[in-house]
Amino acid sequence: MTGEAILAGLSGVLAASGPLVFAAIGETISERAGVINLSANGVIVLSAMGSFAVGVATGSLLLGFLTGLLIGALVALVVAFGNITLRQSQVALGFVLALVCRDLAYFLGNPFMGASGPRLSSLPIPGLSRIPVVGQLFFAHNLLTYLSFLLVPVAWYFIFRTRQGLVLRAVGERPAAAFARGANVNRLRYLYTVLGGALVGLAGPMFSLSMKAGWKGTISGLDGIGWIALAITIFGAWSPLKVALGAYLFGLLQWLGVVLQPHLSGIPSQVLQVAPFPLMILTLLLVNIGNAEWVERILAGLPPRIRPAAAGLLRATRVSPPGALGVPFERD
Amino acid sequence: MDVEIRDIHKRFGAVRANAGISLRVTAGTIQGVLGENGAGKSTLMKILSGFQPADRGEILLDGRMAHIGSPADAIRAGVGMLHQDPMDFPAFRVIDDFLVGRPGGISLSPGQARRELQAQAEHFGFSLEPNREIARMTVGERQQLELLRLLWQGAGVLILDEPTTGISAPQRETLFAILRQLAAEKKTVLFVSHKLDEVERLCHRVAVLRQGRLVGEESAPFDTAQLVRLMFGKEIVVSAPRSTAREETVLTLEGIEVEDARLHVGPTSLEVRAGEVLGLAGMEGSGQSLLLRVCAGLMSPVAGRLLLDGHDMTHRPYRSFHDRGVAYVPAARLEQGLVPGLSLTEHVLLSERHRGPLIDWKRGRAKTARRIHDFNIRGEPDNTVESLSGGNQQRALLALVPDPARLLLLEHPTRGLDVESTVYIWSKLKQRCTQGTAIVFVSSELEELLRYGDRVAVLFSGRVSAPVSAALTSVEELGELIGGKGLEPAA
Amino acid sequence: MNRQPSQPETRPETVGGDNTSTTPVAAHTPRSALGRTGLSRGALNVAFQAGAFLVALVITTLVLLVAGAPPFAAYGEIVRGAVGSLQSLADVTVAWVPLVVCTFGLLVTFAAGLWNIGVEGQIMLGAVFATLVLRLLQDTNAPAWLALTLAISAAMVGGGLWAVLAGVLKAFGGVNEIFGGLGLNYVATALSLWLIFGPWKRPGVGSMSGTEPFPEQLWLPQFSGLRLSPWGLGLAVLAVVIVGVALSRTYFGLKLKAVGRNMRAAFLLGIPTWQYVLAAFLVCGLMAGLAGGIQVTAVYHRLIPSISSGYGFLGLLVAMLVRYRALWAAPVALFYAALNIGSIQLPIVLKLDSSLAGVLQGVLVLCVILAEGARQRLLHRPVSELPAPQEPGRGAPEHATPVEDAL
Repeated sequence: MTGEAILAGLSGVLAASGPLVFAAIGETISERAGVINLSANGVIVLSAMGSFAVGVATGSLLLGFLTGLLIGALVALVVAFGNITLRQSQVALGFVLALVCRDLAYFLGNPFMGASGPRLSSLPIPGLSRIPVVGQLFFAHNLLTYLSFLLVPVAWYFIFRTRQGLVLRAVGERPAAAFARGANVNRLRYLYTVLGGALVGLAGPMFSLSMKAGWKGTISGLDGIGWIALAITIFGAWSPLKVALGAYLFGLLQWLGVVLQPHLSGIPSQVLQVAPFPLMILTLLLVNIGNAEWVERILAGLPPRIRPAAAGLLRATRVSPPGALGVPFERD
Repeated sequence: MDVEIRDIHKRFGAVRANAGISLRVTAGTIQGVLGENGAGKSTLMKILSGFQPADRGEILLDGRMAHIGSPADAIRAGVGMLHQDPMDFPAFRVIDDFLVGRPGGISLSPGQARRELQAQAEHFGFSLEPNREIARMTVGERQQLELLRLLWQGAGVLILDEPTTGISAPQRETLFAILRQLAAEKKTVLFVSHKLDEVERLCHRVAVLRQGRLVGEESAPFDTAQLVRLMFGKEIVVSAPRSTAREETVLTLEGIEVEDARLHVGPTSLEVRAGEVLGLAGMEGSGQSLLLRVCAGLMSPVAGRLLLDGHDMTHRPYRSFHDRGVAYVPAARLEQGLVPGLSLTEHVLLSERHRGPLIDWKRGRAKTARRIHDFNIRGEPDNTVESLSGGNQQRALLALVPDPARLLLLEHPTRGLDVESTVYIWSKLKQRCTQGTAIVFVSSELEELLRYGDRVAVLFSGRVSAPVSAALTSVEELGELIGGKGLEPAA
Repeated sequence: MNRQPSQPETRPETVGGDNTSTTPVAAHTPRSALGRTGLSRGALNVAFQAGAFLVALVITTLVLLVAGAPPFAAYGEIVRGAVGSLQSLADVTVAWVPLVVCTFGLLVTFAAGLWNIGVEGQIMLGAVFATLVLRLLQDTNAPAWLALTLAISAAMVGGGLWAVLAGVLKAFGGVNEIFGGLGLNYVATALSLWLIFGPWKRPGVGSMSGTEPFPEQLWLPQFSGLRLSPWGLGLAVLAVVIVGVALSRTYFGLKLKAVGRNMRAAFLLGIPTWQYVLAAFLVCGLMAGLAGGIQVTAVYHRLIPSISSGYGFLGLLVAMLVRYRALWAAPVALFYAALNIGSIQLPIVLKLDSSLAGVLQGVLVLCVILAEGARQRLLHRPVSELPAPQEPGRGAPEHATPVEDAL
């Protein structure tokens, strides 16, 4: 493989991970506020279809992307209403919506099957894209990919360095304490759930109007990505930087799978196609196993000389969720 | 700031937590609010601080009507509350915690906050490291941080809900000194407590609540007998029970050490005999709970040996302890002890050994009705546990302990209960002791430790004292031990 | 999910059905409300359920209008497709069998507070195991009854193993069962595709139509002229009754409930919690495997890529719709099976995608959940009445059980 091809491949990985970055960071924001929005997978399929349909109907890319945003926000609003106002299970709501949105996409998308719609063109940044290696990697993409690059530091700065971000974390960590300090917990939870949902919704049009433009009843690699995004949120310990790292790592591994496929003739293509999912399980295993009770027991039985090192190692890999993730807040 | 509350009403379901309470407090007063658990003190204070809305009633600050519908309103009006369980963020660092709720723009400007925090801390003689994780601080330190934050937010009225629970004696003295200083600066302090001696020492005036009503107001100097009558409505005689300890040893700890991410406890060696009651004292977070969990087999010790009736049980799982007659009763009743949504009958069925896979519901109900009678529980066999009151939940929990049990491990067995429930529960426990059951219990109530324990072991930052005889120890001596006096510093 | 990019949606390809009249009003509260408002509460509950059903219909109608389809023609087609003939009624029953079996399996995991999303994969593994046994035995002299018994037993073992794998990941690895189950679904799909296109491919070239059908003597006997097998139906009813009794009348069911509602307390009461978590997964997997085995031996007579037909997810919806209570699960499963069968003709007759059924089924559950929330809010009733399976993110207890999860 030539250096040129590797460079093109890596540049492709950065672009192809864009939807994962949007979806996982969107989910990070709503989970930081304490709300799990499990609908992501259905939302992405529906917003891919919806934004494509609007793109076809109006010829406008902008309206198409806005449709994706809107679909994500609206579905998140349903989750927020059901969970925050009506106090029903986030998992039940999110899961049903994940199924409904997908079926809705297949049903409503029927007439648009195979239609030709607009496609976001690439927009190399003058000057910067000429820089060897770096230019091709980072500055020869389309607008949405640039936005996904920008989103990572912006979301990180917002969550960890601003007053609003601090309150966001406080609301997800211990809502009663945030409330005692004057935060309107449920209003903030609504706000961040909808905001996070909108970002998840952007992942759809990144497929249907950009990377794999079109709608053929579905798009390859589309269905399932929402679940991966949810897993990456955990893997990234609810921090945008690590979440993005997880997303790009995932893109890289998938690309390696494609590149290496001809050399791995013994492995059937079906296996490589689903490889992301066992990978998802393994990453979750890696970050969660340190929390298991039997591990603690084994740890306590270790000789004192290696115990601190082993404990430190486990503590370094394991993640702990926002303190009130999934827990509704009530004043009493 | 002058505070006046008029005719506050609040009910939770069938319980009238506040039934028409009116009270005036002038600026510069330390006002005690006294009453036993469940008298309605906390509810009243939560209403005043905006945490809960009142059903009816008015609040006036400096003579003007104040609309306090949320803590945000209360903060704006200058009312701040220090909750019994500090309302902070254990996962945060001190400085971040300090900043939550502070108004301002987008930027956090942590540098300035850091300077202000340190200046404030110095003013009151606290030492608070801005980068420390809250989870690693003691309750006392967390309380100091909360106090600073409230004052920094501009609180003119300070409400303290049972602030001395879980803090050391020196920390309590510091707190009292600061409260006096604040009162001298014309701030209003509302000090909520069920501890007579503290209220008598600190407060200028006292309002006594009973069953949701204001039953009397007194000014310093106080007549203790009068306060007791107001609090309980009658005299309560508590006789110290007699020790029932026998010769044979039930539990033996040999050099046991235990640790979690925050604390290392031990090495500890002690023996508990059949029929004996051993109290574990110490500030909250000093390692009592860890030690209790090791005795139950819920955690593995990192060193040492643990024997039950002479059998080595080190590193054995909880189930083996359970099978040997060890019962662990956690402090958090609904969170850890009972199963919300299941009825009393279902709990009884679960706690019994059974033959065959099928449930005989009729027999189960009959058995439950007997237990309800034996343990004086107010409830029906088909009632779900969360519908019971706290005292009845605690009785239900004890009713589920297998009989006979060899070793009972109790975490704060009477926390949140009124005096009558406390007396009843201990009479039941002592009855078990006469049958040879050994009891180890954790409590933060010194009187309880000395009255019901035969011996008391004191923990301080993970170090465990040799048990002292309860009969030969005074409350003051125990308080000093808990504060760390008499324990050699770690080598 | 049940719909792989590479595989077209196949649902049992016939018509038939029953009762759209069985409104899934299902869930009234079994417990007596506080005497004072008892009667009006009962009436209010029914009103909320009926309202939820109406709202769901309105939403689905709007969706049809947006798609430019005639709503009444579409509904009429679904009803006709489901109850129009004896054949279609039989087909609804054929669809009901795996659905109700999976639903009851899920009631067990829900009782233990678990979101077993992996039922799809468990059905597939059941089907794979059944196919394996039949392939091994079809060329031997083994009598048909023995081969079929072994095949269905193997199917249950296969489903059980796949479920226990998700359980082990959760109990010992801290991997939330939602992600474990989903991931294993995809793996199961890949496994069956690989088998169909690889080692078990038809003579010549493998195809999406599945493996070579088994000889007819290895089919579970069917009613003449119908695709419905009395054996399949009988097995399903038997399994459902056993699970129903186990949940309501045995210590096993009670302990599962305790584990599901408060794992820490259950542990302290002496219940071996992780064993019960695994047992719940096992029972659900046995049921899902049974469903897969029936699909192979009684319906398709071969392994096809979409052998699970989405019944695992549909079972989750049914369980949520009846709010995890066994009593109503069977009739509501019948209603959902009827919707599935009724919508099959939509693409041919009205040029509509058959996923309309999925939309209606999902929106109905959504509306019932929201209506329940509205009812609780209106009546200020504590939420604890329902067994509400644990939220995956809920802070796990400090110790006691290995089943701590972080999402």
